[in-house]
Amino acid sequence: MKSTLDSKNLPILLPVLAFSLVLMIWELMVRVGCWSTDVFPEPLRVIISMGELISDGTLFKHVISSLFRVTIGFYLAIALGIPLGMLLGRREIVKHLFNPVIQFLRPISPLAWIPLSMLWFGIGDKPAVFLIFLSSFFPLVVSTTAAVISINPVFFQVAANFNFNRLEVITKIIIPAILPSIFTALRISLGIAWLVVVAAEMIAVKSGLGYLILDSRNALRMDYVIDGMIVIGAIGLFIDFFMKRLGRIDSVFWASATR
Amino acid sequence: MGHIVIENLRKEYSNRRHFSRSPGSNPAEYREIIRVLDDINLEFEDGEMVSILGPSGCGKSTLLRIIAGFDKATSGSIRIDQKEVKGPSPNHIFVFQHSALLPWMTVRQNVGLGLRNIEDKVRMEEKIKEYIEMVELGGFEHHYPYQLSGGMQRRAELARAIAANPDVLFMDEPFTGLDFLTHMRSREETVNVHEYIGKTILFVTHDIDDALIMGDRIVVLGGKPSRVKMERTLHFPRPRDFEKYPELGKLRSEVFLMLGVPYAV
Repeated sequence: MKSTLDSKNLPILLPVLAFSLVLMIWELMVRVGCWSTDVFPEPLRVIISMGELISDGTLFKHVISSLFRVTIGFYLAIALGIPLGMLLGRREIVKHLFNPVIQFLRPISPLAWIPLSMLWFGIGDKPAVFLIFLSSFFPLVVSTTAAVISINPVFFQVAANFNFNRLEVITKIIIPAILPSIFTALRISLGIAWLVVVAAEMIAVKSGLGYLILDSRNALRMDYVIDGMIVIGAIGLFIDFFMKRLGRIDSVFWASATR
Repeated sequence: MGHIVIENLRKEYSNRRHFSRSPGSNPAEYREIIRVLDDINLEFEDGEMVSILGPSGCGKSTLLRIIAGFDKATSGSIRIDQKEVKGPSPNHIFVFQHSALLPWMTVRQNVGLGLRNIEDKVRMEEKIKEYIEMVELGGFEHHYPYQLSGGMQRRAELARAIAANPDVLFMDEPFTGLDFLTHMRSREETVNVHEYIGKTILFVTHDIDDALIMGDRIVVLGGKPSRVKMERTLHFPRPRDFEKYPELGKLRSEVFLMLGVPYAV
């Protein structure tokens, strides 16, 4: 008994304990609650219907389309947001020019863009991708700018001393210096993107986990709704875990070691 | 080559005040001008090891940064080998007060910064190895700066600086933050490296013993604004010792007195 409880197993054991506790409360609530099991299904029924969704391939299809939209929107945000953030961090004038606009647009929820994005991009993947792009673009710009501004100026003096050209300043100083904070920013904004994809899929598309939930609600299949929620949570957990692991690669590790 | 001539150098900072002291004065007078360095005239020979001494805040680091091209003088001129200093250059490498090794690069990559334009990659690797071994960091090529001790970091930075083959080396308080033994060892290493490469080295310090033991010439700054209070060439052979050379000991007391300490304890 003592050997299973040593500190090595605790990080696995404790979360399992917490999840079992949630399951028990859920089961208890279904039994003592006044809702019918059609409105609030019990865990077993949800697990069985999860099996149905997996075996007929619908779940897989929805997961793939959700991940596809997040990937495209997120890559777009990276491709535009990080270079813009670097420019804002390095050029005072550009920062004074664009920063107020960015700070103005940033607090507007991506969901507020739903009507416009549907009119602009129609039905299909495009409005969803656009919303995901918006949700991660602004956090990425803001944190890249902050990361570039906080680079130790001595490193730029070293670059000048060793006669670095502009490209070398970017590839050998700016990018490696901001990489640790960028990884944190990517982790946070990918989480936001994953939050938004579900909402985006409730409006304009016929696939994805958001659509699965909306469609199941219309069919009054609350077990499928909960299945969708569970899968969203599980994938979110996996993405976060994966991004955390990325932060441990060598070229990023120096930052956590020197801190 | 590393022959340095400094003529009539002056450095001023302007502090912007939000309100004028006397009402009705014109806005140009809001600025308070602080003169840090004034009337600096110095000449250093090629291959000299020059130590620049002074109380803290006297502008000795500023002077070094101006000579290295990182800062602009308000007036006056600095010429290195007859050429006006206009900005930083790979011919004049600056070793910063706190480690300025790039933390995302290994020792090998850092030392290679000044050698990255060598076409022949095999030769480049050989050169990098040579300089790393010169500062006795062999075996640490693939370590990151955070994996090295403070003394090793300074040595790696010294290797990086020498590898660029500069005419002049600037060192801004290179031994601060090191423990006593590492300090002594670094002092010896720097002297050895200087003897080996024979380049001009300018170093700023507030440690009088460092200045007297290491320097071929010492420059003492002081006053408000700072001027050259003393410039002396030291012909004492190394290793130097204050007991072996009573004259050096006398000079030491003199410098202590000049910097405001009545007697050397």
